Amino acid sequence: MPLATELRERFNIHPDPGAAVIALAGNPNTGKSTIFNALTGLKQHTGNWPGKTVLQAQGTFHFGGKKYILVDLPGTYSLLANSAEEMIARDFLCFARPDATVVVTDATCLERNLNLALQVMEITGRVIVCVNFIDEARRKNIFIDVDCLARELGVPVVVTAARSGLGLTELKTGIDALVRGQIVTSPRRLIYDPDIEEAVARLEEKIPGEIKEWINARWLALRIIDHDRSTLDNIRQYFEVPEWGVLRERYKYCPT
Amino acid sequence: MFCVSGINTAPPEAGPGGVNEAHQPEIRDRIVKTIYREAEAIAARVVRQTGPHRDWEHKVDDILTSRLLGFPVMFLLLGLVFWITLVGASYPSQLLAKALFWGEERLSEIFVWLDAPSWLHGLVVTGVYRTAAWVVSVMLPPMAIFFPIFALLEDLGYLPRVAFNIDPLFKMAGTQGKQALTMSMGFGCNAAGVMACRIIESPRERLIAILTNNFVPCNGRFPTLIALASIFVGPAAAPGFSSLAASFTVAGLILAGILITLLTSWLLSRTILKGVPTTFTLELPPLRLPQVGRVLVRSVQDRTLFVLARAVTVAAPAGALIWVLANISFEGQSLLARGAGLLEPFGQALGLDGFILLAFILGLPANEIVLPILLMGYLSAGTMVEVDSLTVLQNILVHERGWTWLTALCTMLFSLLHFPCGTTLFTIQRETKSLKWMFWAAAIPLAVACLVCFAVAQTVRALGLV
Repeated sequence: MPLATELRERFNIHPDPGAAVIALAGNPNTGKSTIFNALTGLKQHTGNWPGKTVLQAQGTFHFGGKKYILVDLPGTYSLLANSAEEMIARDFLCFARPDATVVVTDATCLERNLNLALQVMEITGRVIVCVNFIDEARRKNIFIDVDCLARELGVPVVVTAARSGLGLTELKTGIDALVRGQIVTSPRRLIYDPDIEEAVARLEEKIPGEIKEWINARWLALRIIDHDRSTLDNIRQYFEVPEWGVLRERYKYCPT
Repeated sequence: MFCVSGINTAPPEAGPGGVNEAHQPEIRDRIVKTIYREAEAIAARVVRQTGPHRDWEHKVDDILTSRLLGFPVMFLLLGLVFWITLVGASYPSQLLAKALFWGEERLSEIFVWLDAPSWLHGLVVTGVYRTAAWVVSVMLPPMAIFFPIFALLEDLGYLPRVAFNIDPLFKMAGTQGKQALTMSMGFGCNAAGVMACRIIESPRERLIAILTNNFVPCNGRFPTLIALASIFVGPAAAPGFSSLAASFTVAGLILAGILITLLTSWLLSRTILKGVPTTFTLELPPLRLPQVGRVLVRSVQDRTLFVLARAVTVAAPAGALIWVLANISFEGQSLLARGAGLLEPFGQALGLDGFILLAFILGLPANEIVLPILLMGYLSAGTMVEVDSLTVLQNILVHERGWTWLTALCTMLFSLLHFPCGTTLFTIQRETKSLKWMFWAAAIPLAVACLVCFAVAQTVRALGLV
């Protein structure tokens, strides 16, 4: 079982006991960078994601006497590993296991943004959804029922207009409460077609305990069914698990 | 708004056979469908449209990205931006030049007072200071106007629409529409444009984008283009329209650059970088009113001052070097003049002259210093004149050096198309991790520049137009 800090170091997160790691996910053009800049100010540095020519930005901020390391994930529409960016975002959530993940969404096209939020919530439950551009939405006569959204998703929702700084304190408060365990989330679970669900249930049991401790077993089972080879290859980098071929044989799934 | 471009040629991941493999796309589709259905259901409960939907945005978008009007609007906007830059920059430019050359006189007085040797005065004042002052006075005002306007267009969300308009052309050229975005980045700085090519995933298309990035003028070359256009095109136009004509000449040159980008990409993707264009999704972000204050601060800080600082730090030592070359004589001729003499026949064939060609070669560290080098070369051979305005520049070029409109045109074309600056080449080497591609990135544009200038010069001369 690898150490948490060791896994995080693979993503260029330097170990800092006492600091919480927060991931910032979201579609492109949702004002993610504006939020990142507003939260971290000048305390940020940029580099590349390990082994990839994709820009990585990290920054820190303090809130309530605690230090937070904010990691800006590449802007993506999904986590299904269609591109290098999606793979990075997924791997970070999956292996570096941030203490909390902020999913930034655009209030003016919430539906499309929820696709990503739902996928993030499949990997980690420690999610806070940030509905950005709320000022823009109001101008366009779009009304968003925040309480209802929070109920539907089962995670806290914060409304922001990052460009004018609105809601950023609430966002920090939310992150803080989530990290300290004052908020317990119950993320909405996606229910797939019955045959898929059945296969997932079968597979979930067979996933070794040491992996289950680290990675959401249901999500991993879905990836195996989906034959998402890159996820399984990555898991092999971090955990001693049977070769992909063996794993596939062992968890053979034939849809009916 | 989404648009998907290109043909998806990526083959589905083929495993080593078995029942499972065949079902995979279907499983993936069903998983995605469930996610989408759920998102839709939640959104339906949470989002309410409480009033009329303001659809002016769609109407504006329809115009900006229309098949018929997209390109004319692009051209007009580009022309407008240059016009504002030209008109707005001329007065501050003169003022700045006056101030800086007043400073030169004071500096000279100090040297006289210190009884400094004349070579030191020459090196420091006429070499380093004058070149730096020239760069500042000619470049600062246009940059202080051009970059903020460009940044405002960026913040407004116009650039992705440009990419959308150009995408079909790039597809025809066998590459990817994302190249339109990296090309736009090149307008700021080609090194930045080359770095931006990282967004292109296919290595083949990324290489094409890198190799052709310098066909759009970076800000080091804009001042050269703008200055030459206002000297040679402006006066030729009807009175009152001179700056307008000059602006649209620059805009036209940029279109020519884009055309060459497409042609070269097409050639590359059919010769050394064969392949089929890959798919990409381009999201047109909503048009947003720019945050004017922040954009102004950011563009002045990040681009104007950054570029200026770089130009001055490169120009100052280069100024010293050129001064030395211009003042060390060998058999009665300065080294600079000798070099120019060697290049003269070649330059003439391209519609240029030896000094122009030499200036481009010596300007390799930074395109900003090409014009200052050229002037220093010209001036070192003749009388020393203070170049404190475009009128004086015009005098030197036209009356002392016999420039015609053809010389100006070929110089602009050569500036537009020639090899990228040293920084960009270094960036290309770092990005491609290969000296070979760095070499090609210099050789291909150089060949194109020579070819185009040669063709233009020979045609114009053969037709007897000059």
